[in-house]
Amino acid sequence: MIGLLLVVVALVLVAVAAWVARGHRARRAAPARGPHRVAFPFLGQALSRPALDAALRLARADGATLVPVYLAQVPLHLPLDVALPRQSALALALLEAVEQRARHYGVPVDARIERGRTPRHALRELVAHERYDRLVLAAATDNSGDGFHSEETSWVLAHAPGEIVVLRPDAPARPILPPPVLNGASRSDGGLEEL
Amino acid sequence: MAGRFKVFLGMAAGVGKTYRMLQEGQAEAEAGRDVVIGYLEPHGRAETTAQATGLEVVPRRRVTYQDAVLEEMDLPAILARAPELCLIDELAHTNAPGVEHAKRHEDVATVLAAGIDVYSTVNVQHLESLNDQVAELTGTRVRETVPDEVLGDADELVLIDLTPEALVARLRAGKVYPRERVDGALANFFRIDRLSSLREVALRQVAEEVEARRVVGIAPSPAREDRIMASAGAQAIGERLMALVTPAPGSQRIVRRAWLSAQRLGADLDLLWVPRNHDYDTAEREGLDALRRLAVVLGAHLLIVPGEDLVATVCRVARERSPTYLLMGPPARRSALRRALRPSLPSRLLDVLPGVDVRIVADRTLREERPSEGAER
Repeated sequence: MIGLLLVVVALVLVAVAAWVARGHRARRAAPARGPHRVAFPFLGQALSRPALDAALRLARADGATLVPVYLAQVPLHLPLDVALPRQSALALALLEAVEQRARHYGVPVDARIERGRTPRHALRELVAHERYDRLVLAAATDNSGDGFHSEETSWVLAHAPGEIVVLRPDAPARPILPPPVLNGASRSDGGLEEL
Repeated sequence: MAGRFKVFLGMAAGVGKTYRMLQEGQAEAEAGRDVVIGYLEPHGRAETTAQATGLEVVPRRRVTYQDAVLEEMDLPAILARAPELCLIDELAHTNAPGVEHAKRHEDVATVLAAGIDVYSTVNVQHLESLNDQVAELTGTRVRETVPDEVLGDADELVLIDLTPEALVARLRAGKVYPRERVDGALANFFRIDRLSSLREVALRQVAEEVEARRVVGIAPSPAREDRIMASAGAQAIGERLMALVTPAPGSQRIVRRAWLSAQRLGADLDLLWVPRNHDYDTAEREGLDALRRLAVVLGAHLLIVPGEDLVATVCRVARERSPTYLLMGPPARRSALRRALRPSLPSRLLDVLPGVDVRIVADRTLREERPSEGAER
C-alpha cells in the first residue's frame, strides 16, 4: 500500500516538474517583443511589395507587431456600416498574403479592415481606432490607386500621432496581388471541397 | 378567411413576371373563377398588353398631388367588386399621398384580409434585406422596398427565371424598354455580369424561402421541441457556419477561412466568443473592437456569450443558431497525461453536437515548412 502511495507521489512529482519545465521553455522560446505596433494601411487592388517589405523590416527591427490595415471605401449611396462582401474578399486575400510574408520575417501580425467614404476618411478612422507607434505609408507611384496620394500623405503627416514613415518605392515593382476573388462560378465549384 | 397570396419574383424588369401573372390569371378565369386586374403596369410592352385581353380591369383612380394628377390602384373599388382573384402588379410601389396606405403591399394585405386571392409581382432588388447587397452589386439603389415578411407570408412564391443573355436579347429587341432607352440600360443596369449576380441573388432568395417554409412546416410542440429541432436541423439544406473566435490576432485566420467558406456556400456566418466573464483587459477590449468592426464589414454576426464551461456554452448557442459547420483553431498542445484524462475540445464538441461538422482551421503557411512524406522517405 505504501509502495503504491510512493509510486503515485513520484508520478505526481514528475508531472509537476515536467509542467514547470515546459512553462519555462515556453517563456524562453517566446520572442521578446515589446508593445510596439507598426501600422501599415493600404488600399486598392494590389499591395506594394517594397513597401510591405520595408514595413516588415521596420517591425522586425523594433520587435513590433505589424498591423496591416485594408482601407475599404464605402460608396456614398450606401450606409457607412453596410457589409462589403466584394471588398472584404479582396481585403482578406491581401491580408492573408501579408501574413504569409510576415511569417518569413518572423513578425507577428494583427490585421484590420477600416472603412470610410474616402481613403482619407478611412485613415482618420484608423487613427481614431488603432493604437500604434509607427505608421508606414506607401506613396502612390502611378495612377493605379494602389498607394496614397499627396493629399492623404499630407493629412497623415499633419494629423496622425506617432512616427510617420512615407515610402516612395524606387521603381515600380511586382505588386502582391490577391488570388482570384470569389465570384458566382467559384461559389459553386469546389465550395464543399474547401470545407 | 384570408385570400391566398402568390408572388412572382424576378431578377430584373423584363424577365416576364407580369406576363406570367396574367397568363395564370387567364387560366384561372378559363377555369371559371372570377378574376379581375386590380392594377397592371404593362410598360408599353405589346406582349403583356395582349396577355391581359379579356380580363376585367378595375379602373384606376386619379389622385391629385402637388398640382399633378397621378393614377393609383383603386382599393375601395376592388373591395366593392370583391372578385375571387385580383391581379396586382408592382408590389413594391409607393402610393401617392392621400390614399388609404403608403405602400401597395399594404393595399394587398387589405385585399387578402377581405378574402380575395391576390397574384402580384416584385423584383428581387426591392426586398428590404437585399437592398444594400443589390445596390453594391449593381451600383443602383431602389427606393421602393418591400419588407421581407411580405414575401415570407406569401402562400406561393414563383421565380421567373431567365438567363442574362436571354434578357439582354429581349432588351435589344425592344421588348423591355422603348428603343431610345435600350443603349442606356445596356450600359448600366443590364450588364451581363450584374444580371448574373442578380440572378444568383434571386435564385438564392427563393431557395431560402423554400427552406424556411419546409422547416417551419414541421409543426413544433413543446414536448417534442428538441427532437423536432434536431430533425429540422438534420434535414436542412441551407448551410450556416459558426466560428469559435477570441479577440486575439490568431483568430483572424479562422474568421477569414470561415468567411470565405460561408461565401462559397452562400451561408450565414456567426462568430462566437465565449469569455469567462465581462472583465476584459485592454488587449481584449481592443481586439474585441477590431473583431466587431470586422464582423460588420463581413456581414457576419458576432456573438459574445460569457460562460465558464466552453463546451456547454457552445452547445447552447448551437442549439439556438443551428449551424451546420463549426470552425475552430487547432486545440492547444497538451501532455499525454492530460490527453488521457480529458478528451480534446474538438472531440468533446463532436460528442455534444451530432450532425454538425467540426472543422479545424490550420495555418497553411506551416505546410511549406514541413518536409513532404516523399522527401522523408
